Amino acid sequence: MAGKTLYDKLWDQHLVKQSDDGLALIYIDRHFIHEVTSPQAFEGLRIAGRKLWRVGANIATPDHNVPTTTVERSAGLDGIEDPIARIQIKTLDDNCDELGITEYKINDPRQGIVHVVGPEQGATLPGMTIVCGDSHTSTHGALGALAQGIGTSEVEHVLATQCLRARKMKNMLVRIDGALRRGVTAKDLVLAVIGKIGTAGGTGYAIEFGGDAIAALSIEGRMTVCNMAIEAGARAGMIAVDQKTIDYCHGRTMAPTGAEWDTAVIAWRDLVSDDDAVFDEIVALQAEDIAPQVTWGSSPEMVASITDRVPEPAAEKDATRRNSLERALTYMGLKGGQPIKNIPLDKVFIGSCTNSRIEDLRAAAEVVQGQKVSDSIKLAMVVPGSGLVQKQAEAEGLHQIFIDAGFEWREPGCSMCLAMNADKLEEGEHCASTSNRNFEGRQGFGGRSHLVSPAMAAAAAIAGRFVDVREMGEG
Amino acid sequence: MKAFSQHQGIVMPLDRANVDTDMIIPKQFLKSIKRSGFGPYLFDELRYKDKGEPDMDCSTRPLNKDFVLNQSLYQGANVLLGRQNFGCGSSREHAPWSLEDFGFRCLIAPSFADIFYNNCFINGMLPIVLDSAIIDELFDKVNATEGFTIAVDLETQKLSLSDGTTIDFEVDAFRKHCLLNGLDDIALTLEDADLISAFESKHKKESPWLFA
Ligand code: SF4
Repeated sequence: MAGKTLYDKLWDQHLVKQSDDGLALIYIDRHFIHEVTSPQAFEGLRIAGRKLWRVGANIATPDHNVPTTTVERSAGLDGIEDPIARIQIKTLDDNCDELGITEYKINDPRQGIVHVVGPEQGATLPGMTIVCGDSHTSTHGALGALAQGIGTSEVEHVLATQCLRARKMKNMLVRIDGALRRGVTAKDLVLAVIGKIGTAGGTGYAIEFGGDAIAALSIEGRMTVCNMAIEAGARAGMIAVDQKTIDYCHGRTMAPTGAEWDTAVIAWRDLVSDDDAVFDEIVALQAEDIAPQVTWGSSPEMVASITDRVPEPAAEKDATRRNSLERALTYMGLKGGQPIKNIPLDKVFIGSCTNSRIEDLRAAAEVVQGQKVSDSIKLAMVVPGSGLVQKQAEAEGLHQIFIDAGFEWREPGCSMCLAMNADKLEEGEHCASTSNRNFEGRQGFGGRSHLVSPAMAAAAAIAGRFVDVREMGEG
Repeated sequence: MKAFSQHQGIVMPLDRANVDTDMIIPKQFLKSIKRSGFGPYLFDELRYKDKGEPDMDCSTRPLNKDFVLNQSLYQGANVLLGRQNFGCGSSREHAPWSLEDFGFRCLIAPSFADIFYNNCFINGMLPIVLDSAIIDELFDKVNATEGFTIAVDLETQKLSLSDGTTIDFEVDAFRKHCLLNGLDDIALTLEDADLISAFESKHKKESPWLFA
């Protein structure tokens, strides 16, 4: 019999029931909750008179809607100016208080973007099944977990049953061999993967990322990669456990200790695909071929290397594709054939669950150090992923580097990644953003987002346009 | 959940690939803590010329006449014909809620994004996947014929087109059963509560750190 993939193992370990028609019940170890996709689920539970299955499985924090300016944040919940956002966050607080769910509330130092907070607290551990009413739950797969986004009805289902109804996905291996070149990061790697397989390439699959280049990434870099698995269409992305994974978990608040830690580590070491495991699909990329990436369109697959040009729609034979190309270029205000480096920029956003961890901020600060944000940039902001990231960055003096250069240093939250709060693009503005989605209107009505790595965003802020970080000298 | 067995109506063609859930319902409307009332804001940024805000009265807003939803031909449409990777992006269930609230209970496309696809069924909607070649043909027919309609019969898994032709479609047996009977997923799962409890005890014994 062929060996098992990492996904097969995680699936088998959580299988409660398998029906003949392929439908299964999967036990959920961890459920993360935020303010936007949960109110209707809690209400549904209440209306049906059902009780919460296992309170300890749930961890909540508000992130999507929280304001990020220090002034607005200083007064906590009551200080939130947008009354609708305030109600939504209060609803989360009330629901959690009523049911006894652990919540890192708005000004708790542990509050932050749920996908940054989970691993940070050790609430995400190898071998877990993890869900959250948010598509970027795939992030947590970086620790060898089966993590996926769910809808609000499924949130209610998990609250009530601790299970998810699911059908097993197919296995895809995305293997990146070789070593990334200097200045090329996890973000560039995953954008290159999406550029290759497309935004629907992973639909129906659980993607395991493997190969030398993945093994060489830090755990935070691996989170960046798994975070964007959903942008390749895959509900779950994951990476095998290795010593780095184990070291990362050690000593975290919710991680096991003592003898239990030892037992856990033995179990975690098996969370790798067997040598003879069979994947339904294998995609291979060579790390040396990957250059810093910049998206030029309104879908993450519309991506190019910094040295490239915006594609010419006329060269596209397929009508539907040509159509989307043309539409994207019109929306983005770009011309086919235009060099990526000539795209004008108005704003720079460093943050989001893709790139707001301490290593991201360090990478950006390294580029920014001693420089000034270009006069042509109207706003450059850094939004740490959590209160703890913020504290760490401040302890290292990174905030001062950003502030001295002319960046705004904000309080933790999703911020301009989806612009539910006051942080948004104005119509027609171009933004170099370290987030994960460049959809039309994503960062503000009529806004034009270009997805890049933290170093690339920082360099763009200084230059006022996109530049190749590889040409910025040894750093 | 509302049961779904038959559904019939005018088809609205949305000729673009990768329609994402941000496009279906922009984020500002996600601040609502309700499940209903999203219909007027469906495709808000494509549909109106101004910037939409929650609780806005949409009846007086300037319409984008070029957007298919606003064209007189498709008024009252309740079947949506789309392109590949429909519903990609965010997991927001507000996307199916807004489509359903507007009246679209049946969506037809060559492919749907996983989370969205699943969210549709849970909300009593039927997403149908057809071959790209058939979808191309459907687009041609809908574009060529005013008031083109499709009648969906879930029981027999058949689409009857207003030009007299029929198309068979596939649907997951469990999902079909739930849709036909308007069954609630949670109630069904709770029938297995003992099984879940037994699994949980065993799991806890084997991996106690997961229950810290
Ligand atoms: S940072 Fe952006 S992508 Fe991540 S959870 Fe928040 S809104 Fe979603």
